[in-house]
Amino acid sequence: MLIRIFPELGHFALILAFAMAVLQAVVPLWGAATRRPLWMAFAQPMAWGQFTFLILSYLSLTASFALDDFSVAYVANNSNSLLPWYYKLSAVWGSHEGSVLLWVLILSGWSFAVSVFSRHLPRDMLARVLGVMGWISSGFLLFILLTSNPFERLLPDVPADGADLNPLLQDFGLIVHPPMLYMGYVGFSVVFAFAMAALLGGRLDSAWTRWARPWTNVAWAFLTVGIALGSWWAYYELGWGGWWFWDPVENASLLPWLAGTALIHSLAVTEKRGTFKNWTVLLAIFTFSLSLLGTFLVRSGVLTSVHAFANDPSRGTFILVLLGVTVGLSLAIFALRAPKVQSLAGFGWLSRDSLLLINNILLVVMTVTVLLGTIYPLLLDGLGLGKISVGPPYFNALFVPLTALLCLFMGLGPLARWKRMPGRELARRLAVSAIVAVVTAAVLPLFYGGSFSLGVTLGWLLALWLVLSLVRDVFDKTRHGRSDKARKGRTRLAGFRKLTLAYWGMVLGHLGLAVTIVGVAMVSHYNVERNVRLAPGGSVDVGGYQFAMTGLRERRGPNYTADTATIEVTRPGRSSFTMQPEKRFYVASGMPLSDVALRPGLFGDLYVALGEKLDNGDWSLRIQLKPFVRWLWLGALMMAAGGILAVIDRRYRRAPRRSAALQTHEPMPSRLVPPSPTEVTS
Amino acid sequence: MKRRLLLLIPLLLFAVLVVFLYRGLAKDPAARDSALLARDFPAFSLTTLGDPSRMLDRSLLEGQVTLVNVWGEWCPTCKQEMPQLLALADHGVRLVGVDYKDTRENGRRFLDEFGNPFEVSLFDPDGTLGFDLGVYGAPESFLVDADGVIRYHHTGYITPQDVDDVILPEVKKWQQ
Amino acid sequence: MAAMTRWLMLICLLPIVVLSGAAALAAIEVQDFDDPALIQRYEDLTSRLRCPKCQNESIGASNSPIAADMRARVAALLRDGQSDRQIENAMVSRFGDYALYDPRLDTRTWLLWGLPFGLVVIGACVVAAFVLRRRRLEDRESGIDGLDEHERRRLEALTSRHDAGSQARRNDGEAP
Repeated sequence: MLIRIFPELGHFALILAFAMAVLQAVVPLWGAATRRPLWMAFAQPMAWGQFTFLILSYLSLTASFALDDFSVAYVANNSNSLLPWYYKLSAVWGSHEGSVLLWVLILSGWSFAVSVFSRHLPRDMLARVLGVMGWISSGFLLFILLTSNPFERLLPDVPADGADLNPLLQDFGLIVHPPMLYMGYVGFSVVFAFAMAALLGGRLDSAWTRWARPWTNVAWAFLTVGIALGSWWAYYELGWGGWWFWDPVENASLLPWLAGTALIHSLAVTEKRGTFKNWTVLLAIFTFSLSLLGTFLVRSGVLTSVHAFANDPSRGTFILVLLGVTVGLSLAIFALRAPKVQSLAGFGWLSRDSLLLINNILLVVMTVTVLLGTIYPLLLDGLGLGKISVGPPYFNALFVPLTALLCLFMGLGPLARWKRMPGRELARRLAVSAIVAVVTAAVLPLFYGGSFSLGVTLGWLLALWLVLSLVRDVFDKTRHGRSDKARKGRTRLAGFRKLTLAYWGMVLGHLGLAVTIVGVAMVSHYNVERNVRLAPGGSVDVGGYQFAMTGLRERRGPNYTADTATIEVTRPGRSSFTMQPEKRFYVASGMPLSDVALRPGLFGDLYVALGEKLDNGDWSLRIQLKPFVRWLWLGALMMAAGGILAVIDRRYRRAPRRSAALQTHEPMPSRLVPPSPTEVTS
Repeated sequence: MKRRLLLLIPLLLFAVLVVFLYRGLAKDPAARDSALLARDFPAFSLTTLGDPSRMLDRSLLEGQVTLVNVWGEWCPTCKQEMPQLLALADHGVRLVGVDYKDTRENGRRFLDEFGNPFEVSLFDPDGTLGFDLGVYGAPESFLVDADGVIRYHHTGYITPQDVDDVILPEVKKWQQ
Repeated sequence: MAAMTRWLMLICLLPIVVLSGAAALAAIEVQDFDDPALIQRYEDLTSRLRCPKCQNESIGASNSPIAADMRARVAALLRDGQSDRQIENAMVSRFGDYALYDPRLDTRTWLLWGLPFGLVVIGACVVAAFVLRRRRLEDRESGIDGLDEHERRRLEALTSRHDAGSQARRNDGEAP
């Protein structure tokens, strides 16, 4: 009996959550505008209630999956009684409806977190932030309720069993990848809400950036991990060893990441120097807008659908309306309320300010490039100019030089001082790093690959340049009075202690990029790939390894059958090991899937995928050597860890006291009309 | 004032983007015009389905407007398409079939079972003509004018509605 | 068909996914060339040509029949001694510009290729404008406006010598 009621329970909780989201959207903002404390105080309980009911709703859907309630259409389409239990739980976000529910749940989770951790904020600021998030939440909840209800029933003809979860999703990577990605996407709504609250409250000082920075870092770190997981998953699950395809759906996740990276840096400038205020607000809007745009591109089918897939046009239209209203309104408010006068702080050619400006410009150019490449076919088609494709060659051709340019300045950034940095001093401090980087990078490919390779040299050059300039910076910063040689050791240690976590976060993040760049350069240039035929008993040499197929057997999994090959891999002078690539056939969905055998290593993977059984009884196999491929994801994890490290800096934990002092001041009057030009310029 | 206008630029760019995205929603990203429109029908030299010794070439398509239909016994939608093709033949449209990646036996059985609207069917077991036509899934139809130039391309199967709304008007247009 | 549609639907909705319309299997196929340079060119070409039938896959990665046909044709043309450009043209003439992942520069695509470069140039101008305007401001702030170039350089040298010592203290913790 209880089983029957779960979907209705979940649906009802969803409706209640929607009602609360609307209240959270309307009441606190109105309260802030008319300065009624009681109304403003409405925000927190509504955020909590909304979160509670969404958890309830989400658990109800999970229960329907766990209990194999195939009367629920979504469960019937995405699960099967034979599916292992852990995949039943992750199947909740295996398709559109459930994943939007997860999206909204995470959004309300972020709202909840803001309401808990930001109690020290001025009352009107918090009310506005939660109000803005309430609007976003209401929009998406309405979207679910009207077009994508996961609790829809298949009555009275309840299927006997479900159609099964897509085999590609029956995998650990896909259990963790979407939640991480959504944490990132949705997390950018917090900094967006802060920016909007600052605009609405006419409070565009640097205070909001200080409050928003930790949230932005955390969201960015999640997105970084999410993208890395997606790449890793594609690498081992799709069977051909690629790790980035420049597919529109991937680009959709890269766009907010690039903009978010720019945002993290511009928030720093605005907080430290009070400059670039409008730009930072605009970037905050852009970053979240790109998250929304990504959601639209992925779910509307404008870019990736094939004609076999009849997309529900109402969904695409609904998200487009959501996107249009959210972004349109925020950009309109920006145009009306952004202060016309920028603060006047000067800086020289070489200064941390100018380098961060360059960083922002380059990251925005990269963002625009990816966006342009992704939607250009759509633009041309919209103009009736025919269909073209924009793929990896385009993106690689533009991304490599832009990244190189970015890294060049990135090496200078941490060493430069705010306002002004004498070029001669910078050159003196970096000369050694530059020379070492150039020489090492030029020589390295000769040793590794036996011949010179421009791509590898470029990759190592950039990476070494980043690393060595950081090393130099740490070295300089931990140095105290040079004359005091006797106490050198101790002062060095003291110097290390004095460096803040935020600084180490920066170092780790930048090192992460260097590691990723090495990974990209090495795996792109030294990748070895051979497609071979093998029969049991046969063997083949690839890249110094001998691969011998010693056996082939059939196997039954919980919801699939499989042909498993046993490959014995030997290398002269090393002990041998076996790899077992598999070709599966999923019974319920009738889909084949190649389960790759991987031998991971820090300096390279062996990658074997089993292909088809050929006419003469041989099997086709794809054997690949992937040098340094792990560095791609290792670097991404380092970047994410850097972002988190910066957040746990004492500076942010000190925040409550400081803003308590702020709070004693009368909050600035909030106005709904834009300030008149004379007011601003005076 | 000038500065305020500057601040409006992002909004304007976004508005343009939304217009394109909206238009994109209504379009099918997989629907593409053939690259061969307004070009000569590719040269070929193939036997017919019925007679392995009879070779035909491009001159087959000269002199009158012809609808070339690429089909195969293995293709389920081709079966659904046959009644419409028969109706077109009844309307006096000249039809030429291309039996694509098929065996003679299966192809002949298919026509016996579902009717034969074609004046002649070319036999293309390796898919060479299909490849030159840029066919990536049967059925596909090409309307060729009296000079042997491809004038219209239909991907997917021709529905009963398409017969009256699209195919017959196109045929009429190029017959004049 | 229903399972297929559902599957395609899933694919479209996934957060990160890139796949074929046909099967979740990458193409694993053995092509032999005598000349190792041809292997490289073959791999390069098959990764730059797009499978017309699939969602978003190169012909080298796709398992669909049309991709296999196209690969075979690429291999044949390579053995024939044709240039990359000729082979690309052969594909474009059949499947349209859609088949190229690397869009050619023409009137339709100059914006695509040009905008990133244009933006870098504009960005450089923005940086220059900022620094020039702001340096004047800073000079006014610090009261060195009246100095000539020689005096200013001396001042810079003096302050930088001073800064070097206190720089560690000033700079730490200012992570962006």
